[in-house]
Amino acid sequence: MTSHVTDLGMPRSGVADVPTLGEGQLPLTKKDFTSDQEVRWCPGCGDYAVLAAVQGFLPELGLRRENIVFVSGIGCSSRFPYYLDTYGMHSIHGRAPAIATGLATSRPDLSVWVVTGDGDALSIGGNHLIHALRRNVNITILLFNNKIYGLTKGQYSPTSETGTITKSTPMGSVDTPFNPLSLALGAEATFVARTMDSDRAHLTEVLRAAASHRGAAFVEIYQNCPIFNDGAFQLIKDRDSQAARLVKLVHGEPVSAGTENDRQVLVREPNGSVTFVPEAEAAGRPVVIHDATDPNPTAAFALSRLDDGTMAHVPMGIFRSISRPTNDDLVREQIATAVESAGRPSDDTALDALLRGNDTWTVE
Amino acid sequence: MANTPAQLDKVVIRFAGDSGDGMQLTGDRFTSETAALGNDLSTLPNFPAEIRAPSGTLPGVSSFQLHFADHDVLTPGDAPDVLVAMNPAALKANLADVPRGATIIVNTDEFSRRNLAKVGYTTNPIEDGSLDSWQVRPVALTSITVEALAEFESLTRKEKERAKNMFALGLLSWMFTRPTAGTEAFLKSKFSDKPDILAANLAALYAGLHYGETTEEFAHRYEVAPAAAPAGTYRNITGNTALAYGFVAASHRSGLPLVLGSYPITPASDILHVLAGLKRYGVMTLQAEDEIGGIGMALGAAFGGALGLTTTSGPGIALKSETIGLAAALELPLVIVDVQRGGPSTGLPTKTEQSDLLQAMFGRNGESPVPIVAPQSPADCFDIAMEAVRIATTYRTPVFVLSDGYLANGSEPWRVPSARDLPDLKVEFTTEPNATDDGGEPVFYPYQRDPETLARPWVAPGTPGLEHRIGGIEKANLTGDISYDPDNHDLMVRLRAAKVAGITVPGIEVDDPTGDAEVLVLGWGSTYGPIAAAVREARSLGLSVARAHLRHLNPFPANLGEVLRSYSRVLVPEMNTGQLALLLRAEYLVDVQSVNQVRGLPFTISELVEAITTAVDAGSASPAAATVGAVR
Ligand code: SF4
Repeated sequence: MTSHVTDLGMPRSGVADVPTLGEGQLPLTKKDFTSDQEVRWCPGCGDYAVLAAVQGFLPELGLRRENIVFVSGIGCSSRFPYYLDTYGMHSIHGRAPAIATGLATSRPDLSVWVVTGDGDALSIGGNHLIHALRRNVNITILLFNNKIYGLTKGQYSPTSETGTITKSTPMGSVDTPFNPLSLALGAEATFVARTMDSDRAHLTEVLRAAASHRGAAFVEIYQNCPIFNDGAFQLIKDRDSQAARLVKLVHGEPVSAGTENDRQVLVREPNGSVTFVPEAEAAGRPVVIHDATDPNPTAAFALSRLDDGTMAHVPMGIFRSISRPTNDDLVREQIATAVESAGRPSDDTALDALLRGNDTWTVE
Repeated sequence: MANTPAQLDKVVIRFAGDSGDGMQLTGDRFTSETAALGNDLSTLPNFPAEIRAPSGTLPGVSSFQLHFADHDVLTPGDAPDVLVAMNPAALKANLADVPRGATIIVNTDEFSRRNLAKVGYTTNPIEDGSLDSWQVRPVALTSITVEALAEFESLTRKEKERAKNMFALGLLSWMFTRPTAGTEAFLKSKFSDKPDILAANLAALYAGLHYGETTEEFAHRYEVAPAAAPAGTYRNITGNTALAYGFVAASHRSGLPLVLGSYPITPASDILHVLAGLKRYGVMTLQAEDEIGGIGMALGAAFGGALGLTTTSGPGIALKSETIGLAAALELPLVIVDVQRGGPSTGLPTKTEQSDLLQAMFGRNGESPVPIVAPQSPADCFDIAMEAVRIATTYRTPVFVLSDGYLANGSEPWRVPSARDLPDLKVEFTTEPNATDDGGEPVFYPYQRDPETLARPWVAPGTPGLEHRIGGIEKANLTGDISYDPDNHDLMVRLRAAKVAGITVPGIEVDDPTGDAEVLVLGWGSTYGPIAAAVREARSLGLSVARAHLRHLNPFPANLGEVLRSYSRVLVPEMNTGQLALLLRAEYLVDVQSVNQVRGLPFTISELVEAITTAVDAGSASPAAATVGAVR
């Protein structure tokens, strides 16, 4: 995987205001981010790999450990904060984006992460998720998508394919699933990416880009649940089958799938839709060059729709990374402007003036 | 000047008109003039839930009542001495409250056949003799205003008509010798960029003043002397504004930035509006996507070391309940304001009620005790806000403030405190390890408690060495690690309960001047004014009655049980069906008697006097027979 996806010319880093380790301080290691709590996911759960990748990646940020906060909701993945030796809150079902919004807006010196799952973020907490994205709060949201409810023991989730047979859908689910990336793009997200639990290198790459994005970074992580939905992503995990199916997005390069001898490229049809064609047939046709920074989300949306659920073509990487003022920066800016135009920070005199107002009378 | 004004000791005026007639503004201005004169006062706006109900209809009637006097005023008054009715609907909707003999000023221009028919009058009440027992003052308010503005050629007739509320204000200001300088200044700043509208409004105001002076109809003028009050600087303030200012003051005195997460809801939105305008004081307001988002943001900010606040009304509390439970488990400071309104469900959005007490007390899953305080008057909202912050930060707990629609929109004079004299709310964050582990090494235990308050440490992220995780899952005592241990859960439930039960609150004071009363009237929240006024009246009738008022509902003041047991009968008036009474009976096994009404309006003094009289009489006849009339 090429590495230039991480530098898309963003004006300010997502962690620009977070204190870094001082000169002479030893860099932190994975061990520094490992808490003393026994990890209690099922054996083989994809969450282990994501945890290891995050613990391995965090030292790279060079931030002070005490200025990193993980906030989660409810679900298997939401146990995540307990296993990281940072500040953390394991909150309630679906509400982590709202809690993180209050925290990130009032504390620009913190690097705030949300860990959530498909049920947590897309069902019970759907409203908080879309509004955090549209506001573009400076937080990083990791959505572990295993397409099933794990903690409640195996009911279908809002990303389960239609027809999925579970305890609550013995005759198959009749619901149409959400496409998390399409949803995020529709919610005006400024950073949208997808990666997979088992691809440590790619996961780390995406984490790096997400952390440095100023604004709400939305990362969908395909995560295997060996207990209730084993093999949900097997087609793109098996070496044999993945080559033709995985579409690794690289900014500035044609969108393609397959191996050198059998490459397919994405071309734009006259009606605006996109299709894969064998490379040999692409000559003279408008090949789609991936531009994650395109202010218009149309192309990113088309990419998010490439997988129709059959996993014939599954794009991985950064779909969109654009710059838009963040909500928390703007909120703080308004306060700073108001304080500045008042001439000085609030003090006793200023408070007295407020309490009195303009319409007082005196009793002797 | 036509004549020497007659002296009155108190007056109740009600301005009533269509929602679009500007009655709230007229009432506000008259209130401000009255405050400037030094009268004590109390106000009660009453407006429809619909923003613009069809004009001229009963549902569209909006009113504003003001009670002012040369002595201390406790309520907005039961019955108006003067009703200003801007149209037939306003007359019809309010007449029942106006005692015979009182003055009714009607805008005759609006009493057209069509408008009369809209509200079911078959004949014109001004002409058919049905108002003969009142002193009716017919004034062609609309047409006189339009005529007075004849020279304003740039204004349409509609725009001229709209100034009729200023004409009415001028007329009433003349009648009650109110100074209008404040209103003039107000209009000048409001319409600074619309010189024509400003000039027209001023002209209408003066026309009203002159009309009073020159018309026979208004030969009588009245004066109400200033009330005696403790020395100081005063202003008029509504409950919602006082709450907002109280939180800003608490932020100032605690050194914590104030972060409000809120979702608009009647009648609490004004707190959001006021605070949104106070960024200069470092106040951060976040209008959330929903009620749950609002409290989530406030809780997130509290985790970060800020003063977290969320404001709502009853339906919003229902949605926030799970997060309040989380805050109770996390043991983080958080203030939740519930400006109560009529329920259940959407209920009566613009009307008042006290029916969320049990929701605040018990409306969460599990054993989830939360302290509750309630302001007793609009100005007291300021002090109660600071008190809520004291409890929240000292004990690291969510705290409920139960205001209501009556306090939110009602106003009274407030002696403005000086910032320096406000309670010190300074907060100590924990920055160092607070325990030693088995090996003697210093460690940080997030659930190590202060031996006195049982509060756990508050550590803001960014504090090196104290990284820790907290959550809604039961925590092991001290370490805060996840624990499913049965004994630990039992202990933690009891610790959280003991912490809330042990909160220091001031003892309840009893007002029992003769010392021989057998009946105690106990209230909470906004019933303070009506109860105090009713008790005053009962005493003037020769009845011996004691009175006490609760501002702390969880925990109760330590001496409450003793107070209740020292009276043979305890009356508990509430704008609900007996929620405080239920708590008192459960807690103290005292057979208190509820006095209830849920009409969306405050108690009238007369209904409370009747209940008190019945209870006192029951004592002199037979103590057992106290269940009469409004008392049950
Ligand atoms: S149920 Fe599935 S997702 Fe949950 S911990 Fe077990 S394997 Fe992981």
